[in-house]
Amino acid sequence: MNDFYIILTASLVASSCALLGCFLILRRMAMVGDAISHAVLPGIVLAFLFSGSRDSVTMLIGAGLIGVFTTFLIEFFHKKARLQTDAAIGVTFTWLFAVGVVLISIFAGKVDLDQDCVLYGEIAYVPLDVIISPAGANLGPKAIYVMGFVLTVIIIFIVTGYKELFLTTFDPAYASAIGISTSLWHYLLMSAVSVTTVSSFESVGAILVVALLIAPAATAYLLTDNFKWMLALACTAGVLASLTGYYFAVWLDGSIAGAIAAMSGIIFGLAMVFSPTHGLFFKKLRQVAH
Amino acid sequence: MNSLAEFFSFADPNIRYVVLGSVLLTASSAIVGTFTFLNKRSLIGDAIAHAVLPGICLGFIVAGTKNPLVLIVGAFITGWLSLIVVEYINRKTRIKEDTAIGLVLSVFFGIGILMLTVIQKSGNASQSGLDHFLFGKAAALVGSDLFAFLIVALILLVVVYVLFKEFALMAFDKAYAKSIGYPVRALELILTSLIVLAVVIGIQAVGVVLMAAILITPAAAARFWTDKIVVMVLLASAFGAFSGLTGAYISFVAPAMPTGPWIVIVISMIAFISFFLAPKRGVVYRLIRQNNIRQTINNENVLKVLYQLGEENKNFFIHRHLDEIIRRRKYEKSTLQSILRRLLNQGYVEQTGNLWSLTEEGKNKAQRVVKIHRLWELYLTTYMKIAPDHVHEDAETIEHLLTPELEAELEKQLGYAKLDPHQTKIPYQHE
Amino acid sequence: MAPETNVPALEVHDLTVAFDRKPVLWNIDLVIPQGKIVGIVGPNGAGKSTLIKSIMGLLPLSSGYTKLFDQSLNDVRNKISYVPQRESVDWDFPASVMDVVLMGRYSRLGLFKRPRKADRDVALDCLRKVGMEAFANRQISQLSGGQQQRTFLARALAQQADVYFMDEPFAGVDAATEKTIITLLRTMAQSGKTVIVVHHDLQSVTNYFDWVIMLNTRLIASGPTAETFTQENLQETYGGKLTLLADVGDLIRRENFPQREKRI
Repeated sequence: MNDFYIILTASLVASSCALLGCFLILRRMAMVGDAISHAVLPGIVLAFLFSGSRDSVTMLIGAGLIGVFTTFLIEFFHKKARLQTDAAIGVTFTWLFAVGVVLISIFAGKVDLDQDCVLYGEIAYVPLDVIISPAGANLGPKAIYVMGFVLTVIIIFIVTGYKELFLTTFDPAYASAIGISTSLWHYLLMSAVSVTTVSSFESVGAILVVALLIAPAATAYLLTDNFKWMLALACTAGVLASLTGYYFAVWLDGSIAGAIAAMSGIIFGLAMVFSPTHGLFFKKLRQVAH
Repeated sequence: MNSLAEFFSFADPNIRYVVLGSVLLTASSAIVGTFTFLNKRSLIGDAIAHAVLPGICLGFIVAGTKNPLVLIVGAFITGWLSLIVVEYINRKTRIKEDTAIGLVLSVFFGIGILMLTVIQKSGNASQSGLDHFLFGKAAALVGSDLFAFLIVALILLVVVYVLFKEFALMAFDKAYAKSIGYPVRALELILTSLIVLAVVIGIQAVGVVLMAAILITPAAAARFWTDKIVVMVLLASAFGAFSGLTGAYISFVAPAMPTGPWIVIVISMIAFISFFLAPKRGVVYRLIRQNNIRQTINNENVLKVLYQLGEENKNFFIHRHLDEIIRRRKYEKSTLQSILRRLLNQGYVEQTGNLWSLTEEGKNKAQRVVKIHRLWELYLTTYMKIAPDHVHEDAETIEHLLTPELEAELEKQLGYAKLDPHQTKIPYQHE
Repeated sequence: MAPETNVPALEVHDLTVAFDRKPVLWNIDLVIPQGKIVGIVGPNGAGKSTLIKSIMGLLPLSSGYTKLFDQSLNDVRNKISYVPQRESVDWDFPASVMDVVLMGRYSRLGLFKRPRKADRDVALDCLRKVGMEAFANRQISQLSGGQQQRTFLARALAQQADVYFMDEPFAGVDAATEKTIITLLRTMAQSGKTVIVVHHDLQSVTNYFDWVIMLNTRLIASGPTAETFTQENLQETYGGKLTLLADVGDLIRRENFPQREKRI
C-alpha cells in the first residue's frame, strides 16, 4: 500500500508540473520555473513560522505570493535596472534561497524543516502522515489530498483559460492586439507554478520539481505537434517517470526523488532518439533513405 | 567588539583557514564569473554547479575515499559532460537552450542525489562530508583543503591574466574574434574549463544551489560601477572577497549560522545597493537626474515667461507679480514660488517686495531658450515638413535639452534665420 | 454595423514614439480614408513596423494620439486586425493551421468560451480564401514561408475586421503566394475594407497600392500613390538621414530626458 501511496503522490505532482511545464518551455521560461522553485523557500519558512504548521492555506498563499514576487523582481531588475535577463534570474533566486536557508538556521528550533528536505524532499515519509477521520478510520496520506487538490485547480485553470494561455504563449503581440492582457496571464501562470512548487516541495523537494516541470514537457514536445496531445503526453511521461523512478530507487536503495529525476531524464533521452517525428534515429534513417 | 578584534587577529588557525579559503573561493569565482556574465551565459554556471554532483560521487566510488584530486577529476568530467549535452540537445533537436539547461541541471542533480544516497546507505565510513558539496561547509575548511584551493585559484588567476585580452574580445564580439584568426573554439574550451574548475572548488564553500551566485552576482554588481572590463574584473573580485570575509566573520560570531548562504546574502546586498545607488546606471541616480531635469525645465519655463512678457512690453526688466506669470503659464502658486526662489539663488531673478524681475543673466538665459524654441520650430517646418501649428509641443522639450554644439549647428543649418514659422523674431545673443 | 464611409479609417496626430527615450518616430500626422490599400515604405530602421505597432497599442506613445473610425482603439478593437511579422513567432509551436486561424475568433468569443462549429466554418472559409483549405489540419511546423504567411492572413480574415494592419506580408514569400495575397487585398478593398501594409519592394508599389505613406523617422508624404510616389519624395525618403535630428535623438536618450506628457 505504501508503494502505491508514494507512486500516487509522485504522479500527482508530476502531472501538475508537466501541465505547467508545457507552457513554461514554449514561453522560453524554463529557467524562471527553476528560479521560482528555489525562491519560494523563504516563503515556506515564514509561512511555517506564522501559521505553525506545514499544510495550512497560509503556507500556500504566502509562498505563492513569494513566487509571484520572484517573477516581479526578475522583471524589475531586467527592465528598471537594465540587468540582462539570465543574470537577473540568477541573482534573484540565489538570494532568496540563501535567505531561506538562513531563516531555517535562525529558527532551527521552531521550524521543522531541514536543508536536505528542501533539496530532495521526503517522499518516502508520505504514507506516514495520514488523515484520520473523526471516527478513527485511516483516510490515507494527507499529501495525496493536497496534491490531488492542486492538480484539480491546475486542470480547471488550464481548461477555462486554455484559449488565452495558448494564444499568449504562441503570439503575445497578436494577443495584445486583440485586447488580451499578456501580463495578466503571465502572472496567473506564474502563480500556478508557485502554488504547485510550494505544495510539492515537502514531498519531492526543489530539484525534483524542476525536473518534473521541464523534462516531461520537453519529452512531449519531441513527440507531438499538437498542443493538447503535448499536455497529455507530458503527464504520461511524468507518471511514467514516477513509476519507474520509484522502483529504480527501491532497487538501488537510494533517494526516490533523485531516481524520479534521473528517470525523467532517461525518458527524455529515449524520446530524443526514438521519437517517430523528431527523433534523431528516424531523422537519420530518413536521411539515409533519401 | 571583542569578537571583531579576535577575528581579525587571525590568531586561531581555524579562522585563518576559513577566512583564507572563503576569500580565495569567492574572489577567484568572481573573476571567472565576470566572463560568464559578459558572455550572457550566467545560468550555465548554475547548470555546471548542479552537474558536478554525480561526478563527485563517481570519484568517491572509484577512489573509495574523499581524495580531493579524484573528486575534482570526477566533477570535471560530469561538469563538462553536462555542457556537451546542453549544446547537443540545443543543436540537434528543437528544444530551446533554456529548456536544455534546466533539463540537464535537474536530471544530473537528480542522478547525483541518487548516487549520494546510495553511497550513504552503503555505510562507507569515510563518506561523511560528501554532503558538504550540497550546502557547502566553509566553516569546516582545513589546511589540506586550503592547499588545493590555493592551487586552483592560482591556475584560474594565471590563465585569466594571460588570456585576458582574448577573453575580453570574445565576450564583446565573438564573430570579430573569429575573423581575426583567434582560436575561438579553443578559447571557449579553456574558459569553460575555468568555470568548471571554479565551480568544483566553489561548491565546497557555498554548495550547489548557491554557486551561481558567487559566480555572477559580483559581476552583475560590478557592471553598474564601470564600463571598463579590467576595472569590472577587479571590482567583482573585491566584492567577492569582501562577501567571503563577511560570511566567515558572521559564522564565527554566530557558529550556528551557515557560511555559504551568508556569503550569498552579503554579495546580493552589494548587488542590490549597486543596482540602486551606483552613479550613472543606478535606479536612484537616474531618478534624481530626472528630477533635476524636471527642475531645470521648470526654471527655464518661468524665465521664458518673464522674457516673453518683456518682449511684449519691450522691456525685459519690469518687476512683475506672480499672477502675471500664472496667467501666461499655469502653476500652483507655491510651486511657482519655490521655482522663483531657486532662480533667485542662482542669480537669474531679483525680488523686490513681492515682485520679481529678470537679471541680466536671467534675460540671457531665457533668450537662449526662446531662441532654440523658435529655431527648432523652424527646423521642423523646413526640414520635416511639419505644419506650423504642430511644432510647438516638440520645441517645448528640445529648448531645454540642446547642447551648445547642436545649437550652433542648428543656427548654421537654418542660415541664422530671422523669423520663426509664426513670423516671430528669433532673438540672437549678439543683437 | 459598418462604420460611416465618410469617417477616415485612421487618423494619426502628432505621434512620437521613443525606444529607450530616443525618438524613432517624430511627430507623425496623417489621415487614411476607408477602402484603400495603403503601403508604408521607407528604408530599414525608418520606423515602419513601429508605426503600425504603436497604432495597435503595442508600444507606448511618447506623445500624440491615434483614432480609428474617429474612436479610440479600445472602442473599436473588434474592427481592427493585425498581422505581425512572420518571424515574430516560433513556428515549431505545437499547433495546427486550424488552431492558428481560430485565434482570429478569440476576440469575439470572449473569456472562457471555446470556439464553436460556426467559428470553425468561418475559419475554414478564410482558409479557402487564401487557398489553404487543404492544409487545415497540417501542423504549422511543416509549412513553407508562403503558407505560414497565408495562415496568418487567414487568421486576420477570420477576425472579420474593417481595418487590417500587416507587417511585411510579402517578405520572403513565393510568387504564387504574393499573387494570392494581392488579389485578396484588392477584393477586400473593394468591399470597403482598409488594408495598411508595411512594404519593402519599391518596384511593386505603384502596382499594388492606391495610397502610400513614405516614412523615414519623420513622415515624408502620405497620399494617393499617383501623386505621392514621386522621384522627389523617394529621394527624400531614401536620401541621407537628417544628422541633426539623429543627434538630438541620441541626446534625449543619453540625458534620460523625461517623456513628454501625453495629450488626449
